[in-house]
Amino acid sequence: MGVRKGERILTMLLYLSAGVSIALLAGIMGYVLARGIPQLNLTFLSTVQSARKGTFGILGNIVNTLYIIVITLLIAAPVGVGSAIYLNEYARPGRLVRMIEFTTEILAGIPSIIFGLFGMVFFGTVLGFGYSVLTGSFTLTLMVLPLITRNTQEALKNVPESYRTGALGMGAAKWYMIRTILLPSAAPGILTGVILSIGRIVGESAALLFTAGSGFLLPKSLFGKLFESSGTLTIQLYLSMQDAKYDQAFGIAAVLLLIVLLMNLLARCLSRQKNLGE
Amino acid sequence: MCEKKHSIMGSRIDGSMTEHTAAWIFTGCGLLAVIAVFSITLYMVLNGTPALFKVGILEFLFGTVWKPTADPASFGILYVILTSVFGTFLAILLGVPIGVMTAIFLAEIASPKAAAVVRPAVELLAGIPSVIYGLLGILIFNPLMYRAEQYLFAGSKTHQFTGGANLISAVLVLAVMILPTVISISEASLRAVPKELKSASLALGASRMQTIFKVLVPAAGSGIMTSVVLGCGRAIGEAMAISLVSGSSVNFPLPFHSVRFLTTAIVAEMSYSQGLHREVLFTIGLVLFIFIMFINTVLTGMFRKGVGGNGRA
Repeated sequence: MGVRKGERILTMLLYLSAGVSIALLAGIMGYVLARGIPQLNLTFLSTVQSARKGTFGILGNIVNTLYIIVITLLIAAPVGVGSAIYLNEYARPGRLVRMIEFTTEILAGIPSIIFGLFGMVFFGTVLGFGYSVLTGSFTLTLMVLPLITRNTQEALKNVPESYRTGALGMGAAKWYMIRTILLPSAAPGILTGVILSIGRIVGESAALLFTAGSGFLLPKSLFGKLFESSGTLTIQLYLSMQDAKYDQAFGIAAVLLLIVLLMNLLARCLSRQKNLGE
Repeated sequence: MCEKKHSIMGSRIDGSMTEHTAAWIFTGCGLLAVIAVFSITLYMVLNGTPALFKVGILEFLFGTVWKPTADPASFGILYVILTSVFGTFLAILLGVPIGVMTAIFLAEIASPKAAAVVRPAVELLAGIPSVIYGLLGILIFNPLMYRAEQYLFAGSKTHQFTGGANLISAVLVLAVMILPTVISISEASLRAVPKELKSASLALGASRMQTIFKVLVPAAGSGIMTSVVLGCGRAIGEAMAISLVSGSSVNFPLPFHSVRFLTTAIVAEMSYSQGLHREVLFTIGLVLFIFIMFINTVLTGMFRKGVGGNGRA
């Protein structure tokens, strides 16, 4: 009977743990949305904070976040996909491949605060970009690179070998084969990597605090913004929190959660589509 | 071969320039990760070591007084290092059992329908920005801790009240944050255990729980240990979530002390630091970097080679 009792306790513990995990998520989502959504209104979403009028808004931060997402992905997506293509299609197994895979893994494990320090010194001071969208985006490029490389590699591995031999056998050159056969077949996987990266960028804060800065103004010109200090939503959330302005903080948190939720759903839809297609 | 306009081979020869360029570009892309890791290491060492010698290695690592702006300034980070080590350890102690059990639930107990609800929830938990965890820590854990503090230290004259921003609050936040990492990797490794092992154990008359805890968990041991190591890396490297939750003074890491982690020391002081103080913050970054590199290379390498393969998890 002792065994039975132990069994029951263990089973209970398993259910309890799963329950805790779910309750945590539900609690976090519920609490943040319940306190944050009432804060959202037109002024909050469509203006920039103004000391003169005494109003608070996050439009500038939204624009900054978009800038950083776009610039980061413009660099990280081609490089990450290229790296995966090299690893999967060109490289012969050997020391170099092991080295690249090892460093990609290391890169994925480096905490964002270290990226922040490196970005601040290298892109900010040595290359002279200061606190700007560019410094932030360069820093985040290094951070999301492993995510894109891995997802693309995974997708390329799933393309049947017969596609490659078929194309090559018909006389297609390698790059032609990659461009017309492999990349289209691997597109959903690549897109998943990109969406996960967007989620990561939106949620990032430590790597941006010392690189992109905390500016909240709207851009005066399309490209001028690249060189201006630009705080993202997370940075503004942190600053509001530091000033104990919790209502603002919850408003931003709700916006962030909704974005993360959306990205998650998108990635999920994509992978489902991919599974159906196969 | 001569009429290359009409043959497929022709385009191959014409395009050889493109082909070569493409190959070179892809190699370059691949090398970027190597270059990045190399330069990050280089810059951390270059920026972190000068202060180490100016302050003195022993004084820096084993000094307990942190007064960066005082007039003779004192830069001892022993308590900061200890806080990071203790904090991470406690977060692991709290988060790993819950995480591994949730993984077992997902892999073995839950019906496909239940798993289909829990798994996305866990993924979502991983995607929540760390500042939001910090916000919740401040507004939920800190008041709770403050109440506990007022109760426990009611008559104490020596205790410095922290308003609830203490080690426990930070550990709780970290424990929640490592859950998704632990759950998803442990679950994957549990699922990778060959079905035969499970069937054999059940066929021999072992109960479901015996099978899970005596067969499946040990068999997935190295994967579970990897999840713990990665959780460790995540906890020790987290900055923004705990920077306001853990308080703001450097103290020995006791549960109700306001403490500073390696990460939060950098975040809190970087904006106003100058001169040697700034260099010292980079040295703290270097210490953190060394911890992370140790965790990510030595520990993961150890478990991947299957040392823990048959061990107890």
